[in-house]
Amino acid sequence: MSPNYIAKRLVMIVYTLFIVSLIVFAITQILPADAAVMMLGENATQEALDALRQTMGLDAPIWQQYATWFWHVLQGDLGTSLRTGQPVGPAMFEALGRSLLLAFLSIGLMLIIAIPLGIVAAVRRGKVADMVVSLVSYAGVALPEFVTATVAVLVFADWMKWLPPTGYVPLTENFASGIAHLVLPVCVISVILIAHVSRMVRSELVDVLHTDYIRAARLKGISRGDVLRRHALRNALLPTITIVALDVGYLLGGVIVVEEIFAIPGIGRQLIVAIQARDLPAIQAGVLIMAATYSIVNFIADILYAWLDKRIQYD
Amino acid sequence: MTEFMKRLLRTPQGFIGLALVLLVLLIVVFGPMIAPHDPEKLSPLARYKGPSLDYWLGTDQYGRDIFSRLLIGARATVVMAVLATIAGTLVGAFIGTTSAFLGGRADELIMRTIDAIMSIPSLLFALLVVNLLGSSTVNALVAVAIAFAPGMARITRSVALSVRKQDYVNAAIARGESSAYIIRREMLPNVIAPIIVEMTIRVSFAVMLFATLSFLGLGAQPPAAEWGLMVSEARRYMHLSAGILIWPSVAIAVVAVGFNLLGDGLRDALNPRT
Repeated sequence: MSPNYIAKRLVMIVYTLFIVSLIVFAITQILPADAAVMMLGENATQEALDALRQTMGLDAPIWQQYATWFWHVLQGDLGTSLRTGQPVGPAMFEALGRSLLLAFLSIGLMLIIAIPLGIVAAVRRGKVADMVVSLVSYAGVALPEFVTATVAVLVFADWMKWLPPTGYVPLTENFASGIAHLVLPVCVISVILIAHVSRMVRSELVDVLHTDYIRAARLKGISRGDVLRRHALRNALLPTITIVALDVGYLLGGVIVVEEIFAIPGIGRQLIVAIQARDLPAIQAGVLIMAATYSIVNFIADILYAWLDKRIQYD
Repeated sequence: MTEFMKRLLRTPQGFIGLALVLLVLLIVVFGPMIAPHDPEKLSPLARYKGPSLDYWLGTDQYGRDIFSRLLIGARATVVMAVLATIAGTLVGAFIGTTSAFLGGRADELIMRTIDAIMSIPSLLFALLVVNLLGSSTVNALVAVAIAFAPGMARITRSVALSVRKQDYVNAAIARGESSAYIIRREMLPNVIAPIIVEMTIRVSFAVMLFATLSFLGLGAQPPAAEWGLMVSEARRYMHLSAGILIWPSVAIAVVAVGFNLLGDGLRDALNPRT
Protein backbone atom coordinates (compact mmCIF):
# COMPACT_ATOMS: atom_id res chain seq x y z
CA MET A 1 0.00 0.00 0.00
CA SER A 2 1.70 3.06 -1.22
CA PRO A 3 1.43 6.56 0.27
CA ASN A 4 0.27 7.43 -3.23
CA TYR A 5 -2.81 5.26 -2.77
CA ILE A 6 -3.64 6.81 0.60
CA ALA A 7 -3.31 10.27 -0.89
CA LYS A 8 -5.61 9.26 -3.74
CA ARG A 9 -8.22 7.97 -1.31
CA LEU A 10 -8.07 11.18 0.72
CA VAL A 11 -8.63 13.22 -2.43
CA MET A 12 -11.57 10.91 -3.16
CA ILE A 13 -13.11 11.70 0.25
CA VAL A 14 -12.77 15.42 -0.37
CA TYR A 15 -14.37 15.00 -3.82
CA THR A 16 -17.20 12.95 -2.27
CA LEU A 17 -17.93 15.63 0.30
CA PHE A 18 -17.81 18.30 -2.39
CA ILE A 19 -20.36 16.45 -4.55
CA VAL A 20 -22.57 15.72 -1.54
CA SER A 21 -22.42 19.36 -0.49
CA LEU A 22 -23.47 20.40 -4.02
CA ILE A 23 -26.40 17.95 -4.04
CA VAL A 24 -27.58 18.92 -0.58
CA PHE A 25 -27.25 22.61 -1.28
CA ALA A 26 -29.14 22.20 -4.54
CA ILE A 27 -31.94 20.23 -2.86
CA THR A 28 -32.31 22.70 -0.02
CA GLN A 29 -32.35 25.58 -2.50
CA ILE A 30 -35.24 24.07 -4.47
CA LEU A 31 -37.18 23.27 -1.28
CA PRO A 32 -40.32 25.39 -1.27
CA ALA A 33 -39.30 27.02 1.99
CA ASP A 34 -37.70 30.38 2.44
CA ALA A 35 -35.41 30.78 5.44
CA ALA A 36 -36.63 34.33 6.07
CA VAL A 37 -40.30 33.31 6.01
CA MET A 38 -39.42 30.34 8.25
CA MET A 39 -37.93 32.64 10.88
CA LEU A 40 -40.43 35.50 10.83
CA GLY A 41 -43.60 33.54 10.12
CA GLU A 42 -46.18 33.85 7.35
CA ASN A 43 -47.50 37.25 8.50
CA ALA A 44 -44.22 39.15 8.42
CA THR A 45 -44.15 42.41 6.48
CA GLN A 46 -42.34 42.58 3.17
CA GLU A 47 -39.83 45.12 4.54
CA ALA A 48 -38.93 42.90 7.49
CA LEU A 49 -38.46 39.90 5.15
CA ASP A 50 -36.28 41.90 2.77
CA ALA A 51 -34.17 43.24 5.63
CA LEU A 52 -33.64 39.75 7.07
CA ARG A 53 -32.84 38.29 3.64
CA GLN A 54 -30.20 40.97 3.22
CA THR A 55 -28.56 40.29 6.59
CA MET A 56 -28.65 36.51 5.93
CA GLY A 57 -27.20 36.95 2.46
CA LEU A 58 -30.26 35.37 0.83
CA ASP A 59 -30.44 38.11 -1.81
CA ALA A 60 -27.05 37.13 -3.24
CA PRO A 61 -26.83 34.86 -6.33
CA ILE A 62 -27.05 31.16 -5.52
CA TRP A 63 -23.45 30.34 -6.41
CA GLN A 64 -22.32 33.09 -4.04
CA GLN A 65 -24.52 31.69 -1.25
CA TYR A 66 -23.01 28.27 -1.89
CA ALA A 67 -19.48 29.61 -1.81
CA THR A 68 -20.13 31.46 1.46
CA TRP A 69 -21.70 28.38 3.03
CA PHE A 70 -18.89 26.10 1.81
CA TRP A 71 -16.24 28.51 3.09
CA HIS A 72 -17.91 28.53 6.53
CA VAL A 73 -18.10 24.73 6.52
CA LEU A 74 -14.38 24.51 5.77
CA GLN A 75 -13.77 26.65 8.85
CA GLY A 76 -15.91 24.28 10.93
CA ASP A 77 -19.00 26.52 11.04
CA LEU A 78 -21.99 24.48 9.85
CA GLY A 79 -24.48 27.32 10.26
CA THR A 80 -27.28 28.22 12.66
CA SER A 81 -30.47 26.21 13.03
CA LEU A 82 -33.59 28.02 11.84
CA ARG A 83 -35.60 26.05 14.38
CA THR A 84 -33.61 26.51 17.58
CA GLY A 85 -31.38 29.47 16.75
CA GLN A 86 -28.40 27.47 18.05
CA PRO A 87 -25.28 26.54 16.04
CA VAL A 88 -25.99 23.35 14.08
CA GLY A 89 -22.51 21.78 14.26
CA PRO A 90 -22.20 21.03 18.00
CA ALA A 91 -25.79 19.70 18.22
CA MET A 92 -25.24 17.42 15.21
CA PHE A 93 -21.92 16.05 16.44
CA GLU A 94 -23.38 15.38 19.89
CA ALA A 95 -26.20 13.48 18.18
CA LEU A 96 -23.70 11.66 15.97
CA GLY A 97 -21.95 10.40 19.11
CA ARG A 98 -25.16 8.72 20.31
CA SER A 99 -25.74 7.21 16.85
CA LEU A 100 -22.19 5.90 16.70
CA LEU A 101 -22.63 4.22 20.09
CA LEU A 102 -25.73 2.53 18.66
CA ALA A 103 -23.87 1.61 15.47
CA PHE A 104 -20.79 0.18 17.22
CA LEU A 105 -22.87 -1.93 19.60
CA SER A 106 -24.92 -3.22 16.63
CA ILE A 107 -21.84 -4.10 14.60
CA GLY A 108 -20.33 -5.84 17.65
CA LEU A 109 -23.45 -7.91 18.26
CA MET A 110 -23.68 -8.68 14.55
CA LEU A 111 -20.07 -9.96 14.38
CA ILE A 112 -20.58 -12.18 17.45
CA ILE A 113 -23.64 -13.82 15.87
CA ALA A 114 -23.17 -13.61 12.10
CA ILE A 115 -19.66 -15.08 11.79
CA PRO A 116 -20.37 -18.34 13.68
CA LEU A 117 -23.69 -18.66 11.79
CA GLY A 118 -21.95 -18.25 8.44
CA ILE A 119 -19.20 -20.73 9.38
CA VAL A 120 -21.69 -23.37 10.53
CA ALA A 121 -23.73 -22.94 7.35
CA ALA A 122 -20.66 -23.27 5.12
CA VAL A 123 -19.20 -26.28 6.92
CA ARG A 124 -22.56 -28.05 7.01
CA ARG A 125 -23.50 -27.01 3.48
CA GLY A 126 -26.78 -28.54 2.32
CA LYS A 127 -27.53 -29.94 5.78
CA VAL A 128 -30.31 -28.85 8.12
CA ALA A 129 -28.13 -26.24 9.87
CA ASP A 130 -27.43 -24.58 6.51
CA MET A 131 -31.13 -24.47 5.65
CA VAL A 132 -31.96 -22.93 9.02
CA VAL A 133 -29.32 -20.23 8.61
CA SER A 134 -30.59 -19.47 5.07
CA LEU A 135 -34.16 -19.22 6.31
CA VAL A 136 -33.16 -16.89 9.13
CA SER A 137 -31.19 -14.69 6.76
CA TYR A 138 -34.05 -14.46 4.26
CA ALA A 139 -36.43 -13.51 7.06
CA GLY A 140 -33.93 -10.91 8.31
CA VAL A 141 -33.51 -9.33 4.89
CA ALA A 142 -37.26 -9.32 4.28
CA LEU A 143 -38.37 -7.31 7.29
CA PRO A 144 -37.85 -3.54 7.22
CA GLU A 145 -36.48 -2.03 10.46
CA PHE A 146 -39.73 -0.31 11.31
CA VAL A 147 -41.56 -3.63 11.30
CA THR A 148 -39.00 -5.49 13.44
CA ALA A 149 -38.77 -2.48 15.76
CA THR A 150 -42.54 -2.21 16.21
CA VAL A 151 -42.99 -5.94 16.74
CA ALA A 152 -40.05 -5.99 19.18
CA VAL A 153 -41.61 -3.20 21.24
CA LEU A 154 -44.94 -5.03 21.23
CA VAL A 155 -43.45 -8.34 22.35
CA PHE A 156 -40.63 -7.38 24.73
CA ALA A 157 -41.99 -4.15 26.19
CA ASP A 158 -45.79 -4.40 26.01
CA TRP A 159 -46.31 -8.12 26.56
CA MET A 160 -43.27 -9.38 28.45
CA LYS A 161 -42.46 -6.06 30.17
CA TRP A 162 -38.79 -7.02 30.13
CA LEU A 163 -37.47 -3.82 28.60
CA PRO A 164 -38.48 -0.16 28.38
CA PRO A 165 -40.36 0.54 25.12
CA THR A 166 -38.68 3.77 23.99
CA GLY A 167 -36.48 6.59 25.16
CA TYR A 168 -32.83 7.25 25.75
CA VAL A 169 -30.85 7.49 28.99
CA PRO A 170 -27.19 8.56 28.77
CA LEU A 171 -24.85 5.79 29.96
CA THR A 172 -22.98 8.27 32.16
CA GLU A 173 -26.19 9.15 33.99
CA ASN A 174 -27.53 5.70 34.76
CA PHE A 175 -25.56 2.86 33.22
CA ALA A 176 -28.02 0.01 33.81
CA SER A 177 -31.02 1.95 32.59
CA GLY A 178 -29.03 3.28 29.64
CA ILE A 179 -28.10 -0.23 28.54
CA ALA A 180 -31.70 -1.45 29.02
CA HIS A 181 -32.90 1.31 26.70
CA LEU A 182 -30.30 0.34 24.09
CA VAL A 183 -31.03 -3.42 23.94
CA LEU A 184 -34.05 -3.31 21.60
CA PRO A 185 -32.66 -0.70 19.16
CA VAL A 186 -29.32 -2.53 18.91
CA CYS A 187 -31.03 -5.89 18.31
CA VAL A 188 -33.30 -4.39 15.65
CA ILE A 189 -30.42 -2.80 13.74
CA SER A 190 -28.39 -6.02 13.99
CA VAL A 191 -31.06 -8.23 12.41
CA ILE A 192 -30.58 -7.07 8.82
CA LEU A 193 -26.80 -6.89 9.25
CA ILE A 194 -26.69 -10.42 10.65
CA ALA A 195 -28.75 -11.72 7.75
CA HIS A 196 -26.52 -10.05 5.18
CA VAL A 197 -23.12 -10.75 6.72
CA SER A 198 -23.81 -14.40 7.62
CA ARG A 199 -24.75 -15.04 3.98
CA MET A 200 -21.55 -13.37 2.80
CA VAL A 201 -19.37 -15.30 5.26
CA ARG A 202 -21.03 -18.53 4.14
CA SER A 203 -20.45 -17.96 0.43
CA GLU A 204 -16.84 -16.75 0.93
CA LEU A 205 -16.03 -19.78 3.08
CA VAL A 206 -17.69 -22.19 0.65
CA ASP A 207 -15.48 -20.77 -2.12
CA VAL A 208 -12.34 -21.01 0.00
CA LEU A 209 -13.07 -24.59 1.08
CA HIS A 210 -13.03 -25.62 -2.59
CA THR A 211 -9.57 -24.23 -3.34
CA ASP A 212 -6.50 -26.35 -4.04
CA TYR A 213 -4.53 -25.19 -1.00
CA ILE A 214 -7.28 -26.37 1.33
CA ARG A 215 -7.36 -29.73 -0.44
CA ALA A 216 -3.56 -29.88 -0.17
CA ALA A 217 -3.69 -29.12 3.57
CA ARG A 218 -6.27 -31.87 4.08
CA LEU A 219 -4.14 -34.33 2.06
CA LYS A 220 -1.15 -33.49 4.26
CA GLY A 221 -3.20 -35.04 7.06
CA ILE A 222 -4.21 -31.90 8.96
CA SER A 223 -7.56 -32.34 10.68
CA ARG A 224 -10.65 -30.60 9.33
CA GLY A 225 -10.85 -28.33 12.38
CA ASP A 226 -7.24 -27.19 12.04
CA VAL A 227 -7.59 -26.57 8.31
CA LEU A 228 -10.66 -24.48 9.01
CA ARG A 229 -9.02 -22.48 11.80
CA ARG A 230 -5.54 -21.99 10.36
CA HIS A 231 -6.11 -21.81 6.62
CA ALA A 232 -9.71 -21.28 5.56
CA LEU A 233 -11.06 -18.74 8.05
CA ARG A 234 -8.24 -16.25 7.59
CA ASN A 235 -8.98 -15.92 3.89
CA ALA A 236 -12.73 -16.20 4.15
CA LEU A 237 -13.15 -13.57 6.86
CA LEU A 238 -11.00 -10.86 5.26
CA PRO A 239 -13.62 -9.75 2.72
CA THR A 240 -16.06 -9.37 5.62
CA ILE A 241 -14.24 -6.15 6.52
CA THR A 242 -15.18 -4.59 3.20
CA ILE A 243 -18.75 -5.86 3.44
CA VAL A 244 -19.23 -4.49 6.94
CA ALA A 245 -17.84 -1.12 5.81
CA LEU A 246 -20.25 -1.00 2.87
CA ASP A 247 -23.07 -2.03 5.22
CA VAL A 248 -22.43 1.15 7.20
CA GLY A 249 -24.48 2.75 4.43
CA TYR A 250 -27.48 0.55 5.31
CA LEU A 251 -26.70 1.09 8.97
CA LEU A 252 -26.89 4.88 8.70
CA GLY A 253 -30.20 4.57 6.84
CA GLY A 254 -31.53 2.09 9.40
CA VAL A 255 -30.43 4.32 12.25
CA ILE A 256 -32.80 7.03 10.95
CA VAL A 257 -35.84 4.78 11.32
CA VAL A 258 -34.76 3.07 14.53
CA GLU A 259 -33.94 6.33 16.29
CA GLU A 260 -37.27 7.76 15.24
CA ILE A 261 -39.20 4.77 16.62
CA PHE A 262 -37.23 4.44 19.87
CA ALA A 263 -37.00 8.21 20.39
CA ILE A 264 -33.20 8.21 20.56
CA PRO A 265 -31.80 11.73 20.05
CA GLY A 266 -29.18 10.61 17.50
CA ILE A 267 -28.29 12.13 14.15
CA GLY A 268 -31.02 10.21 12.32
CA ARG A 269 -33.74 11.68 14.49
CA GLN A 270 -32.15 15.13 14.25
CA LEU A 271 -32.31 14.78 10.46
CA ILE A 272 -35.97 13.72 10.45
CA VAL A 273 -36.85 16.67 12.69
CA ALA A 274 -34.81 18.98 10.45
CA ILE A 275 -36.45 17.63 7.28
CA GLN A 276 -39.95 17.93 8.74
CA ALA A 277 -39.26 21.48 9.96
CA ARG A 278 -37.44 22.34 6.70
CA ASP A 279 -34.53 23.55 8.80
CA LEU A 280 -32.14 24.01 5.88
CA PRO A 281 -28.80 24.48 7.71
CA ALA A 282 -29.53 21.45 9.90
CA ILE A 283 -30.41 19.29 6.85
CA GLN A 284 -27.22 20.37 5.06
CA ALA A 285 -25.05 19.68 8.10
CA GLY A 286 -26.69 16.34 8.91
CA VAL A 287 -26.39 14.90 5.40
CA LEU A 288 -22.82 16.12 5.07
CA ILE A 289 -21.85 14.50 8.40
CA MET A 290 -23.52 11.22 7.42
CA ALA A 291 -21.73 11.10 4.07
CA ALA A 292 -18.44 11.98 5.74
CA THR A 293 -18.90 9.16 8.28
CA TYR A 294 -19.59 6.68 5.49
CA SER A 295 -16.57 7.79 3.44
CA ILE A 296 -14.20 7.72 6.40
CA VAL A 297 -15.37 4.27 7.54
CA ASN A 298 -14.82 2.88 4.03
CA PHE A 299 -11.39 4.52 3.84
CA ILE A 300 -10.37 2.91 7.14
CA ALA A 301 -11.74 -0.45 5.97
CA ASP A 302 -9.67 -0.34 2.77
CA ILE A 303 -6.50 0.53 4.69
CA LEU A 304 -7.18 -2.20 7.24
CA TYR A 305 -7.85 -4.74 4.50
CA ALA A 306 -4.62 -3.96 2.67
CA TRP A 307 -2.70 -4.06 5.96
CA LEU A 308 -4.09 -7.48 6.88
CA ASP A 309 -3.79 -9.00 3.43
CA LYS A 310 -0.33 -8.28 2.06
CA ARG A 311 -1.25 -9.72 -1.35
CA ILE A 312 -3.44 -6.70 -2.03
CA GLN A 313 -1.36 -4.06 -3.77
CA TYR A 314 -3.22 -0.83 -4.33
CA ASP A 315 -1.56 1.77 -6.46
CA MET B 1 -37.03 -21.02 -22.52
CA THR B 2 -38.52 -24.31 -21.25
CA GLU B 3 -35.01 -25.48 -20.42
CA PHE B 4 -34.48 -22.27 -18.45
CA MET B 5 -37.80 -22.67 -16.59
CA LYS B 6 -36.83 -26.23 -15.67
CA ARG B 7 -33.54 -25.03 -14.24
CA LEU B 8 -35.30 -22.22 -12.34
CA LEU B 9 -37.90 -24.56 -10.84
CA ARG B 10 -35.35 -27.19 -9.85
CA THR B 11 -33.78 -24.96 -7.17
CA PRO B 12 -35.85 -24.49 -4.01
CA GLN B 13 -35.26 -20.70 -4.10
CA GLY B 14 -36.49 -20.45 -7.68
CA PHE B 15 -39.58 -22.59 -7.05
CA ILE B 16 -40.70 -20.93 -3.83
CA GLY B 17 -39.77 -17.47 -5.09
CA LEU B 18 -41.70 -17.88 -8.33
CA ALA B 19 -44.71 -19.26 -6.44
CA LEU B 20 -44.73 -16.34 -3.99
CA VAL B 21 -44.27 -13.71 -6.71
CA LEU B 22 -47.06 -15.27 -8.83
CA LEU B 23 -49.33 -15.27 -5.77
CA VAL B 24 -48.56 -11.60 -5.17
CA LEU B 25 -49.17 -10.74 -8.83
CA LEU B 26 -52.52 -12.57 -8.74
CA ILE B 27 -53.48 -10.50 -5.69
CA VAL B 28 -52.38 -7.31 -7.41
CA VAL B 29 -54.57 -8.09 -10.44
CA PHE B 30 -57.60 -9.75 -8.85
CA GLY B 31 -57.34 -8.55 -5.21
CA PRO B 32 -59.89 -5.74 -5.40
CA MET B 33 -62.38 -8.08 -7.11
CA ILE B 34 -62.25 -10.81 -4.48
CA ALA B 35 -62.04 -8.54 -1.43
CA PRO B 36 -65.02 -9.57 0.76
CA HIS B 37 -65.51 -6.12 2.33
CA ASP B 38 -65.18 -2.44 1.44
CA PRO B 39 -61.62 -1.62 2.62
CA GLU B 40 -62.56 1.88 3.77
CA LYS B 41 -65.94 1.11 5.35
CA LEU B 42 -65.85 2.03 9.04
CA SER B 43 -67.72 -0.27 11.44
CA PRO B 44 -67.51 1.25 14.93
CA LEU B 45 -69.23 -1.79 16.39
CA ALA B 46 -66.78 -4.29 14.94
CA ARG B 47 -63.41 -2.89 16.03
CA TYR B 48 -60.39 -5.02 17.07
CA LYS B 49 -62.13 -8.27 16.07
CA GLY B 50 -60.03 -11.41 15.95
CA PRO B 51 -60.06 -13.64 12.86
CA SER B 52 -63.54 -15.04 12.10
CA LEU B 53 -65.44 -16.48 9.16
CA ASP B 54 -66.73 -13.03 8.29
CA TYR B 55 -63.41 -11.18 8.85
CA TRP B 56 -60.67 -13.68 7.92
CA LEU B 57 -57.84 -11.68 9.49
CA GLY B 58 -59.96 -9.65 11.91
CA THR B 59 -60.66 -5.92 11.87
CA ASP B 60 -58.58 -2.85 12.67
CA GLN B 61 -59.01 0.17 14.94
CA TYR B 62 -61.85 1.55 12.81
CA GLY B 63 -63.54 -1.81 12.25
CA ARG B 64 -62.20 -2.10 8.70
CA ASP B 65 -61.59 -5.60 7.33
CA ILE B 66 -57.81 -6.22 7.42
CA PHE B 67 -57.91 -8.97 4.75
CA SER B 68 -59.68 -6.70 2.25
CA ARG B 69 -57.30 -3.84 3.02
CA LEU B 70 -54.29 -6.10 2.38
CA LEU B 71 -55.75 -7.32 -0.92
CA ILE B 72 -56.34 -3.79 -2.14
CA GLY B 73 -53.14 -2.35 -0.67
CA ALA B 74 -51.09 -4.81 -2.74
CA ARG B 75 -51.45 -2.49 -5.73
CA ALA B 76 -50.22 0.57 -3.84
CA THR B 77 -47.25 -1.30 -2.39
CA VAL B 78 -46.11 -3.78 -5.04
CA VAL B 79 -46.93 -2.00 -8.31
CA MET B 80 -45.23 1.17 -7.09
CA ALA B 81 -42.14 -0.78 -6.02
CA VAL B 82 -41.88 -2.54 -9.38
CA LEU B 83 -42.36 0.69 -11.34
CA ALA B 84 -39.82 2.54 -9.20
CA THR B 85 -37.28 -0.25 -9.65
CA ILE B 86 -37.78 -0.30 -13.42
CA ALA B 87 -37.45 3.48 -13.66
CA GLY B 88 -34.33 3.49 -11.47
CA THR B 89 -32.84 0.64 -13.51
CA LEU B 90 -33.44 2.34 -16.86
CA VAL B 91 -31.81 5.57 -15.69
CA GLY B 92 -28.97 3.66 -14.03
CA ALA B 93 -28.43 1.39 -17.05
CA PHE B 94 -28.26 4.41 -19.33
CA ILE B 95 -25.66 6.14 -17.13
CA GLY B 96 -23.67 2.92 -16.61
CA THR B 97 -23.57 2.00 -20.30
CA THR B 98 -22.65 5.53 -21.31
CA SER B 99 -19.85 5.55 -18.75
CA ALA B 100 -18.51 2.17 -19.94
CA PHE B 101 -18.80 3.28 -23.57
CA LEU B 102 -17.03 6.62 -23.05
CA GLY B 103 -14.21 5.02 -21.03
CA GLY B 104 -11.09 6.86 -19.93
CA ARG B 105 -11.35 10.08 -17.94
CA ALA B 106 -15.07 10.61 -18.49
CA ASP B 107 -15.73 7.11 -17.13
CA GLU B 108 -13.52 7.80 -14.12
CA LEU B 109 -15.30 11.09 -13.39
CA ILE B 110 -18.79 9.62 -13.76
CA MET B 111 -18.04 6.63 -11.56
CA ARG B 112 -16.36 8.68 -8.82
CA THR B 113 -19.38 10.99 -8.81
CA ILE B 114 -21.67 7.95 -8.53
CA ASP B 115 -19.57 6.73 -5.59
CA ALA B 116 -19.94 10.13 -3.96
CA ILE B 117 -23.73 10.10 -4.38
CA MET B 118 -23.87 6.60 -2.92
CA SER B 119 -22.32 7.85 0.31
CA ILE B 120 -25.76 9.30 1.11
CA PRO B 121 -27.89 6.41 2.48
CA SER B 122 -30.69 5.68 0.00
CA LEU B 123 -33.39 6.12 2.64
CA LEU B 124 -32.04 9.58 3.46
CA PHE B 125 -31.82 10.42 -0.24
CA ALA B 126 -35.43 9.33 -0.73
CA LEU B 127 -36.50 11.36 2.31
CA LEU B 128 -34.84 14.48 0.89
CA VAL B 129 -36.39 14.02 -2.55
CA VAL B 130 -39.89 13.37 -1.16
CA ASN B 131 -39.59 16.37 1.09
CA LEU B 132 -38.54 18.42 -1.91
CA LEU B 133 -41.46 17.24 -4.07
CA GLY B 134 -44.08 16.88 -1.32
CA SER B 135 -45.49 13.73 0.28
CA SER B 136 -47.47 11.62 -2.15
CA THR B 137 -47.33 8.18 -3.68
CA VAL B 138 -46.07 9.36 -7.07
CA ASN B 139 -43.36 11.49 -5.49
CA ALA B 140 -42.28 8.54 -3.36
CA LEU B 141 -41.95 6.55 -6.62
CA VAL B 142 -39.69 9.22 -8.12
CA ALA B 143 -37.66 9.34 -4.89
CA VAL B 144 -37.08 5.59 -4.80
CA ALA B 145 -36.17 5.55 -8.51
CA ILE B 146 -33.62 8.32 -8.01
CA ALA B 147 -32.23 6.59 -4.93
CA PHE B 148 -31.74 3.34 -6.90
CA ALA B 149 -30.22 4.80 -10.07
CA PRO B 150 -26.59 5.19 -8.85
CA GLY B 151 -26.35 1.58 -7.64
CA MET B 152 -27.79 0.26 -10.90
CA ALA B 153 -25.42 2.46 -12.91
CA ARG B 154 -22.44 0.99 -11.09
CA ILE B 155 -23.64 -2.59 -11.68
CA THR B 156 -24.52 -2.02 -15.35
CA ARG B 157 -21.12 -0.49 -16.02
CA SER B 158 -19.17 -3.33 -14.44
CA VAL B 159 -21.25 -5.95 -16.25
CA ALA B 160 -20.90 -4.16 -19.60
CA LEU B 161 -17.13 -3.84 -19.15
CA SER B 162 -16.65 -7.50 -18.23
CA VAL B 163 -18.83 -8.71 -21.10
CA ARG B 164 -16.85 -6.54 -23.52
CA LYS B 165 -13.67 -8.45 -22.55
CA GLN B 166 -15.16 -11.91 -23.13
CA ASP B 167 -13.71 -14.21 -25.76
CA TYR B 168 -16.98 -14.58 -27.62
CA VAL B 169 -17.08 -10.82 -28.19
CA ASN B 170 -13.50 -10.84 -29.44
CA ALA B 171 -14.37 -13.84 -31.63
CA ALA B 172 -17.29 -11.94 -33.12
CA ILE B 173 -15.02 -8.97 -33.80
CA ALA B 174 -12.46 -11.31 -35.42
CA ARG B 175 -15.24 -12.82 -37.57
CA GLY B 176 -15.81 -9.32 -38.88
CA GLU B 177 -19.31 -8.83 -37.48
CA SER B 178 -20.70 -5.31 -37.40
CA SER B 179 -20.75 -3.36 -34.10
CA ALA B 180 -24.55 -3.31 -34.17
CA TYR B 181 -24.61 -7.10 -34.47
CA ILE B 182 -22.10 -7.58 -31.66
CA ILE B 183 -23.94 -5.25 -29.29
CA ARG B 184 -27.36 -6.73 -30.16
CA ARG B 185 -26.61 -10.45 -30.43
CA GLU B 186 -23.51 -11.00 -28.30
CA MET B 187 -23.37 -8.33 -25.62
CA LEU B 188 -26.97 -7.35 -24.86
CA PRO B 189 -28.26 -10.83 -23.89
CA ASN B 190 -25.35 -11.25 -21.49
CA VAL B 191 -25.69 -7.77 -20.01
CA ILE B 192 -29.44 -8.03 -19.49
CA ALA B 193 -29.38 -11.26 -17.47
CA PRO B 194 -27.41 -10.00 -14.43
CA ILE B 195 -29.36 -6.75 -14.48
CA ILE B 196 -32.68 -8.61 -14.36
CA VAL B 197 -31.39 -10.61 -11.39
CA GLU B 198 -30.34 -7.44 -9.60
CA MET B 199 -33.67 -5.78 -10.45
CA THR B 200 -35.68 -8.66 -9.04
CA ILE B 201 -33.82 -8.51 -5.73
CA ARG B 202 -34.14 -4.74 -5.63
CA VAL B 203 -37.92 -4.89 -5.92
CA SER B 204 -37.90 -6.25 -2.38
CA PHE B 205 -35.75 -3.32 -1.22
CA ALA B 206 -38.14 -0.96 -3.00
CA VAL B 207 -41.14 -2.49 -1.23
CA MET B 208 -39.41 -1.90 2.08
CA LEU B 209 -38.29 1.60 1.16
CA PHE B 210 -41.84 2.52 0.13
CA ALA B 211 -43.28 1.06 3.28
CA THR B 212 -40.68 2.95 5.32
CA LEU B 213 -41.50 6.25 3.60
CA SER B 214 -45.21 5.72 4.25
CA PHE B 215 -44.39 4.71 7.82
CA LEU B 216 -42.57 8.02 8.34
CA GLY B 217 -45.59 9.83 6.90
CA LEU B 218 -43.88 10.79 3.62
CA GLY B 219 -45.43 8.28 1.20
CA ALA B 220 -49.04 7.15 0.87
CA GLN B 221 -51.47 9.15 3.03
CA PRO B 222 -54.40 7.89 5.16
CA PRO B 223 -56.87 6.34 4.62
CA ALA B 224 -54.96 4.54 1.83
CA ALA B 225 -54.45 0.80 2.44
CA GLU B 226 -50.68 0.94 1.80
CA TRP B 227 -49.03 -1.75 3.95
CA GLY B 228 -46.34 0.44 5.51
CA LEU B 229 -48.97 3.02 6.42
CA MET B 230 -51.09 0.24 7.96
CA VAL B 231 -48.17 -0.75 10.21
CA SER B 232 -47.60 2.88 11.12
CA GLU B 233 -51.26 3.43 12.06
CA ALA B 234 -51.34 0.15 13.95
CA ARG B 235 -48.58 1.24 16.33
CA ARG B 236 -50.90 3.22 18.58
CA TYR B 237 -53.45 0.42 18.84
CA MET B 238 -51.21 -2.65 18.79
CA HIS B 239 -51.66 -3.45 22.49
CA LEU B 240 -55.42 -3.68 21.86
CA SER B 241 -55.09 -6.13 18.98
CA ALA B 242 -51.77 -7.47 17.68
CA GLY B 243 -53.35 -8.56 14.38
CA ILE B 244 -53.54 -4.98 13.08
CA LEU B 245 -49.77 -4.87 13.25
CA ILE B 246 -48.87 -8.47 12.41
CA TRP B 247 -50.79 -9.03 9.14
CA PRO B 248 -49.47 -6.08 7.13
CA SER B 249 -45.96 -6.92 8.42
CA VAL B 250 -46.39 -10.49 7.19
CA ALA B 251 -47.59 -9.19 3.82
CA ILE B 252 -44.49 -6.99 3.42
CA ALA B 253 -42.27 -9.93 4.42
CA VAL B 254 -43.94 -12.31 1.93
CA VAL B 255 -43.38 -9.91 -0.97
CA ALA B 256 -39.80 -9.17 0.06
CA VAL B 257 -38.89 -12.84 0.59
CA GLY B 258 -40.61 -13.80 -2.68
CA PHE B 259 -38.68 -11.35 -4.86
CA ASN B 260 -35.45 -12.10 -2.98
CA LEU B 261 -35.78 -15.85 -3.53
CA LEU B 262 -36.82 -15.41 -7.16
CA GLY B 263 -33.75 -13.22 -7.75
CA ASP B 264 -31.44 -15.84 -6.23
CA GLY B 265 -33.16 -18.58 -8.24
CA LEU B 266 -32.82 -16.59 -11.47
CA ARG B 267 -29.13 -16.01 -10.77
CA ASP B 268 -28.53 -19.74 -10.35
CA ALA B 269 -30.60 -20.62 -13.41
CA LEU B 270 -28.86 -18.06 -15.63
CA ASN B 271 -25.46 -19.20 -14.44
CA PRO B 272 -25.16 -22.87 -15.41
CA ARG B 273 -21.64 -23.11 -13.96
CA THR B 274 -22.77 -22.96 -10.33
